[in-house]
Amino acid sequence: MGKRVALEGNEAVAEAMRQINPDVVAAYPITPSTEIVQNFAQFVSDGQVDTNFVAVESEHSAMSACLAAAVAGGRVMNATSANGLALMWEILYIVSSMRQPVILTVVNRALSGNINIHCDHSDSMGARDTGWVQIFAEDVQEAYDNLLQAVAIGESMDVRLPVMSCLDGFLLSHSYELLEVESDEAVREWVGPYKPLNPMLDISDPKTFGPLDLYDYYFEHKRSQLDAYPPAKEAIIAEGKRFGEAFGREYGLLEEFMTEDADFVMVALGSTCGAIRDVVQGLRDNGVKAGLLKVRAFRPFPAEEIAAALQGASAVAVLDRSASYGAHAGPLYAEVTSALYSYGKQVPTNNYIYGLGGREILPDDLEQAFGDLQKVAESGQPAEPVSFLGLRE
Amino acid sequence: MSRHYPPDAKWHEMERGGIIPQAGNATEYTVGGWRNEHPVRDNECCIDCLFCWIYCPDVAVHIKDESVKYQGFSSDHCKGCGICAAVCPKDCIEMVPGGEFQPDEPGQSEEE
Repeated sequence: MGKRVALEGNEAVAEAMRQINPDVVAAYPITPSTEIVQNFAQFVSDGQVDTNFVAVESEHSAMSACLAAAVAGGRVMNATSANGLALMWEILYIVSSMRQPVILTVVNRALSGNINIHCDHSDSMGARDTGWVQIFAEDVQEAYDNLLQAVAIGESMDVRLPVMSCLDGFLLSHSYELLEVESDEAVREWVGPYKPLNPMLDISDPKTFGPLDLYDYYFEHKRSQLDAYPPAKEAIIAEGKRFGEAFGREYGLLEEFMTEDADFVMVALGSTCGAIRDVVQGLRDNGVKAGLLKVRAFRPFPAEEIAAALQGASAVAVLDRSASYGAHAGPLYAEVTSALYSYGKQVPTNNYIYGLGGREILPDDLEQAFGDLQKVAESGQPAEPVSFLGLRE
Repeated sequence: MSRHYPPDAKWHEMERGGIIPQAGNATEYTVGGWRNEHPVRDNECCIDCLFCWIYCPDVAVHIKDESVKYQGFSSDHCKGCGICAAVCPKDCIEMVPGGEFQPDEPGQSEEE
């Protein structure tokens, strides 16, 4: 049986890592993810895990060591934030190209400059084309649950991709919440032992890893990599269902809250979804048909499912906790509207950029955005393609 | 037997992750054309320590009966990097300008 305890997001993630007991953790500390590795290092020191913990000199080295350990045939985990993730960039692509199921917790934090340690999604959004599966948590319970599922998703034999399990810096990483922590035995049984695929240390069957790959084969290898993402979507759904059967909390690609008959739907990622729920409930109490579409899996992007979920809406607001510099809108907006176009749904859609560098998002801001949607639905025209919530202007 | 995929292999016919399912296929990839200087070993000076053979990143130093002395270099696989000359403890290997091994120099061989 699980137990109900109060933990910070970082503590919950470290607890999940202790239960998973990975073969190798190679990490370098950075706020706000530092506590994850700090707590895990304590578990190593206290002999509570069998993990080979490698203290490295940078995040580039951390991800390089993780890649090598994974290619050798181990289950590998790591945690980072913001500039730390940026320093891993080069290796992120190599891990996914080599189809190694490394699990990385990303505690979302604004990228410099100027220097800022608080939450936004610019770090993991910047890594959205690196080939990693990306799952966002709404609360501490999900941060814990998602990490367990990340292992099962990444290690699915027809997927074999690295996974980023994302949670909002400080808002979740440093907030105490009550959550269910399952027993060590139940978690270990659910996650199962690691089954390496083509481990380099299998010297009875030697292979060539990471060879030079020019215009003769590279294109075919990249096409082959693209083939991993539809099964990854299936694995997110299947493992979310299997998790629900074991522990009573089921997950999918998306979570729909009161969207079924909603006229006005807000689409968002991460902890802000909790505030949106409250606002949606308040609007419903006043007779406004509002709804929330939470995007849990951003990679692979559930384009068809999002278009289907927004089928009945008369106006949509997409909230972006990052900007895409030089693009016409925020990254989530660009993908959501592209999904609507691709699946033949035309609906007025507003983009709101909010919360950069940890700026608060308040219920009033969200109500204002829902108010915009009502006006948009009446006029049939989006107000402004991109506007800002919580900005002094 | 070829130790890499045929040139017409389709994307779904290859192992995922860019892995080549066989090892030892570097012998099938020649880098000799990159060379703009080449090693010349003084065989009188050589003590057969095998440092050049161990450090060569392209297995271009030929060996026979645990000896490299008089065996020479592979013109297909030596890319002229100069590591053999740098690691030689007796300074017996000199990097000479020009990509071509000369007939009167020791150490030219197409053999593996």
